Amino acid sequence: MKRLNYGQAINAALAHAMEKDPSVFIMGIGVDDHKAVFVTTKGLRDRFGRKRVFDTPISEAAMTGIAIGAALGGMKPVHVHIRADFLYLTMDQLFNNAAKWRSMSGGRASVPLVVRAVIGRSWGQGAQHSQNPQSLFMHVPGIKVVMPTTPADAQGLLLAAIEDPNPVLILEHRLLYDIVGDVPALPVAVPLGRAVVRREGSDLTIVAGSHMAMESLKAAEFLARHGVQAEIVDPVSLVPLDRAAILRSIAKTGRLLVVDSSWTCCGASAEIAAIAAGEGFASLTAPVRRLGMQPVTCPVSKPLESAFYPGAKTIAAEAFSMLGRPFPDASAPELTSAFKGPF
Amino acid sequence: MLKTAGKGADEDLALYRLMLKIRLAEERIVAIYPTDKIQSPIHLSIGQEAVAAGVCMALAAGDHIHGTYRGHGIYIAKGGDLGRMFAELYGKDAGCAGGKGGSMHLAAQSVGLVGCSAIVAGLIPVATGDALAARMQGSSRVVCSFFGDGAVDEGVFFESVNFAVLKGLPIVYVCENNGYAIHSRVADRHKQDKLFRLAEGLGLRGRRYDGNDARTVFKTMSRAVAAARRGAAPVLLEYMTSRWHEHVGPGTDFQEAYRHPKDRANAAKNDPIRKMAARLKRRGLSAGRLEAVAAEIRRDVDRAVAFAEESPFPPIERLHADLYAESR
Repeated sequence: MKRLNYGQAINAALAHAMEKDPSVFIMGIGVDDHKAVFVTTKGLRDRFGRKRVFDTPISEAAMTGIAIGAALGGMKPVHVHIRADFLYLTMDQLFNNAAKWRSMSGGRASVPLVVRAVIGRSWGQGAQHSQNPQSLFMHVPGIKVVMPTTPADAQGLLLAAIEDPNPVLILEHRLLYDIVGDVPALPVAVPLGRAVVRREGSDLTIVAGSHMAMESLKAAEFLARHGVQAEIVDPVSLVPLDRAAILRSIAKTGRLLVVDSSWTCCGASAEIAAIAAGEGFASLTAPVRRLGMQPVTCPVSKPLESAFYPGAKTIAAEAFSMLGRPFPDASAPELTSAFKGPF
Repeated sequence: MLKTAGKGADEDLALYRLMLKIRLAEERIVAIYPTDKIQSPIHLSIGQEAVAAGVCMALAAGDHIHGTYRGHGIYIAKGGDLGRMFAELYGKDAGCAGGKGGSMHLAAQSVGLVGCSAIVAGLIPVATGDALAARMQGSSRVVCSFFGDGAVDEGVFFESVNFAVLKGLPIVYVCENNGYAIHSRVADRHKQDKLFRLAEGLGLRGRRYDGNDARTVFKTMSRAVAAARRGAAPVLLEYMTSRWHEHVGPGTDFQEAYRHPKDRANAAKNDPIRKMAARLKRRGLSAGRLEAVAAEIRRDVDRAVAFAEESPFPPIERLHADLYAESR
């Protein structure tokens, strides 16, 4: 084991994959610059050369198609976007080509493509640098979607994605890059499609991924101090989704709160709530509740932005409400975020 | 082999054979269509055969092509199996895509047809990426991207050619200009209607040629392929041709208002197959010999259609197959 932060863990996974497989290459806006996409691509150009680590024109749509074509031609591209908002420019290529190629060819060809994109939520990122389009990509069959939360997830899932013969979208979160955690000394792939129980509990299940899993863990600590044991299930992989792990937890607690790191309407949380209603109804002792971004455009003004996102405090408040208990009259400074910008 | 063969006579006969195969196969599709055995849209390339034949004959077996929903012609010209094409149109299990792709998504990986797309310009970047892969792998393959005149309206055309020029990729962009993007004339969509010049500012050299003369297409494409294989900069070849049938479907629509009044007459005058037949006759090929070629192709088409008719549909269990490749 060694201790790495989220960005370093990704960097180690990329280096490992490129060392092992000469067909792996990295492309994207700024992947070879001095900022190295939050250190994730740091040193890779010098180590593997400009042909395998290169900056691209600001042409997300075509560059996505080019990555798909390179994948069909026998390479394994990792296409990087420093903001997930830019994925909207890539959707024709990802949905109409990458997601459909396997089916459209009757199983005769596939697209081993990895797309990494950073959810920009943080500090005044505003309308177009903060979005998480997870549910759009869950909607269309043929593309896998993962949202690593810890450094170990980030490393293991990225390796699994690169080894996967299908298109895989990895949604990384800006607020997770500084998290430090244990990762295997030699990077190893972690299979997609397995949820992680981040914390065991018996009073309610909180299903939350990515940054919302971290906020839920903070909320759970606070809840525990007030006698409520929350179980935190992090799906990690949205496609394929580990339905069994979610249903197992509901069977144990009888209550489900889903915390979405995007909007709730037609969102990942809606799908998880539908699974609970359809397959876990008998276990439920209370209505399923959901939290997510408010159904408006992300504002910049700090008080408005704070009200726009769910966080540890709103998660804890919702949990108390589900249990019919008042929010304890206690100060909770640990429930606020300390992140500063600029990007 | 032609007894009186001059230079290129065998090539002419081969081009004739390819064009006629496309024509007769598509005429058979038109004949079958009212039976509703082909339950999917069809986009015919009758009238445009010279481009598919000339371009594909200039490519080596290992070279790749990427096409559009108007893909029967390039499928046949690159050497795709005719029986599997008809089976695909019929939605049968033995089709080139297991019946899941249909007419708009023909592919024949073993002969280099990577795929066809129903999204205008959708595969221009994909073909460009295939050329990037070829370059990265040190492969000698050249990639050809086929698209229509409507595709240059799309942003990815410009984005893709910019990247190809930037990296000097081994790709030839082939614009099949049949004058209409569905029902819209080039002049109604572009001030610059010389499409081969559109990307000159990005450094993409282009030339326009008669796309109804298979020999011209073959010669110009052969030069472009040789240059691409040598590592020369990518080029755009614009071949002027005409679509005889409606945009989608088996009928003709020369009477419709969007058409130029002379389209019908020009189509007949510029028929690439009749022109090639005349050239072959001038070179000493008898009418009987040409008829023998046609008879042989008709037998091929008969066999292909029979294969499609006799093949089973995919079992219902196949519905959920093929979404993801198994992890290795």
